[in-house]
Amino acid sequence: MEKIHYPRIGERVHWYRLKNGLPVCIVPRKGFARKYALFATRYGGMDLRFELNGRWLDTPAGIAHYLEHKMFDTEEGNALQELAKNGAEPNAFTSNAITVYYFDSTEKFEENLEILLSFVSVPYFTDESVAKEQGIIGQEIGMIEDNPEWVVYKHLMQALYENSPARVSVAGSVESIAQITAQTLYDCHKAFYVPANMCLVLVGDVDEQAAIAIAERVLPKESGTVIERDYGAEESLLPYEKEVRCAMEVSMPTFLAGFKCPAAPEGQERMRNNIIGELACDVLLGDSSPLFARLYAQGLVNGSFASSYDLLPGVAYVSVGGDSNDPYAVTRAILDEAKRLVAEGIDEDYFQRILRANFGTAIKALNSFEAIAVTVAEGCFNRYDPYRFPELYDTVTAQDLLDFIRENIVEERMALSIIDPKEEQNDESND
Amino acid sequence: MEYKRTEIMQDVFLTYLPAKKFKTSYLSAHFIAPLRAETASLNALLPAVLHRGTVRCPDMERLSAAMDRLYGAQIDYTVRKKGERQCVGFVASVIDDAFAPRGERLLEPTAALLGELLLDPVTRGGRFLSEYVDSEKTNLIDALRSVRNDKREWADLRLMQEMCGDEPYGVRRLGDEESAAKIHNRKLYQHSRELMSTSRLELYYCGSAEERRVTEALLHAFAALPRGVVEPLPEMRRYAAPQQPRFVTEQMDVTQGKLSMGFRCGSDDVPALIMANLMFGGSSNSKLFLNVREKLSLCYYASSSYARSKGILTVSSGIETKDYDRALEEILRQLQAVQQGQWEDWELTGARSTMLSSLTAMTDGQGSMENWFLGQNATGETETPQELAARLMEVTPQRIMAAAESIALDTVYFLKGKEGV
Repeated sequence: MEKIHYPRIGERVHWYRLKNGLPVCIVPRKGFARKYALFATRYGGMDLRFELNGRWLDTPAGIAHYLEHKMFDTEEGNALQELAKNGAEPNAFTSNAITVYYFDSTEKFEENLEILLSFVSVPYFTDESVAKEQGIIGQEIGMIEDNPEWVVYKHLMQALYENSPARVSVAGSVESIAQITAQTLYDCHKAFYVPANMCLVLVGDVDEQAAIAIAERVLPKESGTVIERDYGAEESLLPYEKEVRCAMEVSMPTFLAGFKCPAAPEGQERMRNNIIGELACDVLLGDSSPLFARLYAQGLVNGSFASSYDLLPGVAYVSVGGDSNDPYAVTRAILDEAKRLVAEGIDEDYFQRILRANFGTAIKALNSFEAIAVTVAEGCFNRYDPYRFPELYDTVTAQDLLDFIRENIVEERMALSIIDPKEEQNDESND
Repeated sequence: MEYKRTEIMQDVFLTYLPAKKFKTSYLSAHFIAPLRAETASLNALLPAVLHRGTVRCPDMERLSAAMDRLYGAQIDYTVRKKGERQCVGFVASVIDDAFAPRGERLLEPTAALLGELLLDPVTRGGRFLSEYVDSEKTNLIDALRSVRNDKREWADLRLMQEMCGDEPYGVRRLGDEESAAKIHNRKLYQHSRELMSTSRLELYYCGSAEERRVTEALLHAFAALPRGVVEPLPEMRRYAAPQQPRFVTEQMDVTQGKLSMGFRCGSDDVPALIMANLMFGGSSNSKLFLNVREKLSLCYYASSSYARSKGILTVSSGIETKDYDRALEEILRQLQAVQQGQWEDWELTGARSTMLSSLTAMTDGQGSMENWFLGQNATGETETPQELAARLMEVTPQRIMAAAESIALDTVYFLKGKEGV
């Protein structure tokens, strides 16, 4: 066991490695009634093509998410129910890169942990139950397709990327999930739900020895391997399409602009990269940026305006958007402001303030058990230590941000996704 | 959990929640106003305008700069609906002094900024800056319109409008578009003076600082608060369901239909109704979730919630348009099962432990504790989460059945997709 102390943020973290190789991270929290467990696999919506036992498999879009839904089925019934009976609040989600299962409980933590670890490691599917799930997930897909925020993001990804599975929706489509069978699910489980490809994070006032003993007893003895995945032919840094525009039932237009960035490496450098990208977004587009104040005062954007720098497997991008009656004017202003910053530099006082605010935000995030657990799991998979952020902030300079902006926030790298309101349809013949 | 509520000035109450386990201090201030159609949009617009600038920090850039210097302190305005009350104010969160790299004291300047935002707005000629009023008015109208974007929220809202159209409870949290459009600067400014001098102010602090330090910081920050005669809040009335439920159907160009149902609860046995709601549709172990969603695959989501201050229970679900009749029938069948005591032991114990667990876990979040006590203080209750937990322990199956029996269908709202699209 390795104990790491982070005095600058008042944290301690204990790392264990099980006999089967699974990394287990425990973040002790005295004084909290809640205990939180998160079991994660490095397998997400983008992992569609991979090599299993010497054979390359192409799997249908949406399969990681489908598998997540089906994992709760057990031979005895349903793990969700078992956990809920103990007063635990279980849930799961699938992102582009990972799938996580977690629960939150104030009682019977160890019993609940045992349920979590066993249902995630023991698959149980029947053709009948797989077919039934198609109805439920089909409804979920229907629901997100009515959600403008989701649609504007999906369209942006399809505009930015030509080959990367980043352009494929994590939930898949009604057509793609129709191809899923019990056998495909078993294959994917075998490929990705192995200790070598997973990690366990516990947060709270937990009995560490008891938790480790349960994990040793319940989990498979074999480590398995991290298998090869294929994220498609290498992407150029230019967007595949410049613009995607459609109409939905929304009250005002909404948009999302994306800027393609080079993929980030693994390791601590990835995290530094992430911090630079986020700080650059804040300096250029954040709540206290001159640009935001101006656009807000002009009524070109409102409180929904937001930006982020995202790192996915093999790709990275900056996205910025929100509701606006004139997305072109907003993107024009962003590009102009980027040019101005690059030409004039970043005011040192402004840079220090942004740095300070970001540091405070990172400290605040440590209040959330969910945020802690997900951050630790992502750090574990990408080989960096997320709690070293104070040291990384020390090394970032205004010049780093300017370099990021100069390279990435330029028109050639940009794609734009816009959703317009549908015309009032009092008269159906208007169609 | 320690908790103490003190009147620190006339009709200004501080709820002090000491806790050392968080990384942040949490501070908030809310005026408690009656929820009324005539004033709801004015109240909703006010904190948005105040949030644009103070005399010391007259624009967003300078305001954000002040917050950035406090290590990214966040001060956001909130407008909350608690029963038939509208709570209007600001919530501040700042890193605990222990993590300030240079040992700065952050509570005092954060409290001061909070007070400034409420009491010292930037003005011109005895009014707010008209550009701020105009742009926040546009934002408010956009926000009121944007509910249409989220079809689930829209259907639940339309249900409330249909069911409680004649009650304050039917007023939306942010008021309505028409009243918002009529607001002008002078009226808003007058209203602001009135709200501040005639409403009770509830303050909350959760964090590691001593009570005296918090009280002093707040007394200093709110020294300029005008205090007049504080009007008592009107009583919240409850109504019975009509003899025949009302059915409303509307259409939008959507893939998935939304079925929302509203019920009135006749019983006053709140803990038993909380249990009945949990077993019916209030948890991931409920009858709606397990039977209507999981077993029958009739809905992607189906859940219920119970508003205790008004005795109203609502069901919210997403269904295929063609399944409307089946879903409606099945949801009512599940309610009937609760009324008739048709449940397994684990359903009752699971529901109870879910609720107890969430009450215990509430003390692990600064925002969740504040929201609980604000809800209590706004609706004239004083119950702590522990007290409710103790009352839930005593609820018997007979009481649940009796309470559930008093739940009567009032209104059904269905948002259906366009056929053949």
